[in-house]
Amino acid sequence: MRASLGVRSCLSPPPTAGCTHANWRDNAPSIPESQDAGRAFSSSLQPTGSRSLKIVIVDESPIRAAILEEGLRDAGFEDVERLGEMHNLLKRIYAIDPDVILIDIENPSRDILEQMFQVSRAVRRPVAMFVDQSDAASIEASVDAGVSAYIVDGLRKERIKSILDLCISRFKAFSRLQDELARVKSDLEGRKSIDRAKGILMKSKNLTEDQAYAAMRSAAMRENKKIAEIARAIVTAAELLK
Amino acid sequence: MNEARPMRIGFMPLVDAAALIVAVDKGFTKAEGLDVELVREASWSNIRDKLAVGLFDAAHLLTPMAIASHLGLGHVRVPLAAPVNLALNGNAITVSPALFEALRDVADASLENPAVSAKALGALVKLREAQGLEPLTFGMTFPFSTHNYQLRYWMAEGGIDPDHDLRLVVLPPPFMVESLREGLVDGFCVGAPWNSVAVDAGLAAMLHFGREIFARAPEKVLALRKSGVDADPLPALALVRAVIAAAEFVKQAENHAEVAALLAKVDRVGVDAALIAGTLEGYLRINMPGEYRRAPDYLIIGEEGSCRPDPRQAAWAYAQMVRWRQARFSTEALTEAQAVMRADLHDAAVGRTLPSAAAIGAFAGPAFESGDVSGYLAAFPIGAKI
Repeated sequence: MRASLGVRSCLSPPPTAGCTHANWRDNAPSIPESQDAGRAFSSSLQPTGSRSLKIVIVDESPIRAAILEEGLRDAGFEDVERLGEMHNLLKRIYAIDPDVILIDIENPSRDILEQMFQVSRAVRRPVAMFVDQSDAASIEASVDAGVSAYIVDGLRKERIKSILDLCISRFKAFSRLQDELARVKSDLEGRKSIDRAKGILMKSKNLTEDQAYAAMRSAAMRENKKIAEIARAIVTAAELLK
Repeated sequence: MNEARPMRIGFMPLVDAAALIVAVDKGFTKAEGLDVELVREASWSNIRDKLAVGLFDAAHLLTPMAIASHLGLGHVRVPLAAPVNLALNGNAITVSPALFEALRDVADASLENPAVSAKALGALVKLREAQGLEPLTFGMTFPFSTHNYQLRYWMAEGGIDPDHDLRLVVLPPPFMVESLREGLVDGFCVGAPWNSVAVDAGLAAMLHFGREIFARAPEKVLALRKSGVDADPLPALALVRAVIAAAEFVKQAENHAEVAALLAKVDRVGVDAALIAGTLEGYLRINMPGEYRRAPDYLIIGEEGSCRPDPRQAAWAYAQMVRWRQARFSTEALTEAQAVMRADLHDAAVGRTLPSAAAIGAFAGPAFESGDVSGYLAAFPIGAKI
């Protein structure tokens, strides 16, 4: 099962000035969503010319947002803005008036953005959502990577795809970085345990440092465990026996 | 015994997911041969999209959202099947102390009556407009939600056009309380436990339980992709049996403490067990002075027949969408909407045919008939007609 076909669009009436909160509905009738409408919109996407795309990144993680922004800038997208604060999100997005919004999928504010796909008095331009049958794999990849892209203008699909692909690779790079960090942290803690366990063994069994290490290593091999696990067990046991 | 079938199911941290959570955590799904991994989600959009692209096999969904997804409203069309209701009711309309005071000042009778409070809100809206004050702002959880329809229905009975006379904004439930504290909203309609969280924080008064607006609102369903269910209904049937067994467990008063403890865990709903227990009992503190209100049907889970998805519930939700211009009426769409609610699968799972659900009911306005959406909508002074 895949998301159904079509880049979706909603036409919207002019904005009402001075809105502090966006009102998610207006009196205008909704455009009925159909696959044909999606296709028609898809084929009528206008090239945006040489104008740089305005991209908003909605992310509460400043590090990840910075990595994303840097990647986008490296790829030639100059007009990138980060929103890390979720208050009045819709209002600020309307003020920035972006072509593309990238939002972390774990952000509860995603639901706030759904309002934009209703006919809204505050959205000035057509809203399209980039969900296309042919790109089911890239949607899935983006859902997996924790990115969800909302496109706030008629854009060429290839450009959207390149942004999305870039974000996915950046998100993956970020999670690799986090995994690496977690690994280094656990290595460091393991090393600390090993040092303490060595000390305990040296003292209680009157061993040299090398002998203490060798004893732990052979225990680890015998029990098919990591030396750090053996070391932690020794430390725990020593604390209990104190 | 075959090997357990793995399933991933998404849910939002709300008390109305109790039947689903208990089904998994108390082993009802395992007994049905399912190996379910529950995944707590941050937004309804996520759940819907992950269900759509196949990352979830099933999901705890807002009933109107399942229908919108099936019809392709507001998003891509992903045909869904809802073989079981997870909950009826469970929301409340909660307002800031300032708004509560202001309503009491203009009300001509007790605010406990929604007809009175709606009229008071209507008067207040006009008063504020005359004084040149900012329109009131109310939060709700999603455009396609009973919360949205409860607020709108109530407001419209007070002569308010919710699209013009005040502001309705989507707010994720965890942000509701903070938004009220900062004065970004004057009130909201949200599910449990968030109303209680706001009241306990001394920030709000619960004005109405959802059941005071609609007697039996179709709140949440368990939804699966229709294509998957068509290809192999067996997992869906097993899931329905597990959820119904769990719902019956949740309903028993003697189990409330255990259910509340299960739901209180951080990877489930993650709030104080006492709040959850109060919700299950329908006995909730409604304001700062410490008044309580009791309603056994505050949240309906596991009551005889309430798990059975009824096409009339979908027709009703579709009528609300048409009334508030989220959908343009067509008889085809009305038929399609009703096809989401798979009473057939429910009955196949339990091995007997249960009667249709009791009427949804409302505190005011016309009775709803699936066969006469046009007449129903024509009876309202505010909102779209067919």
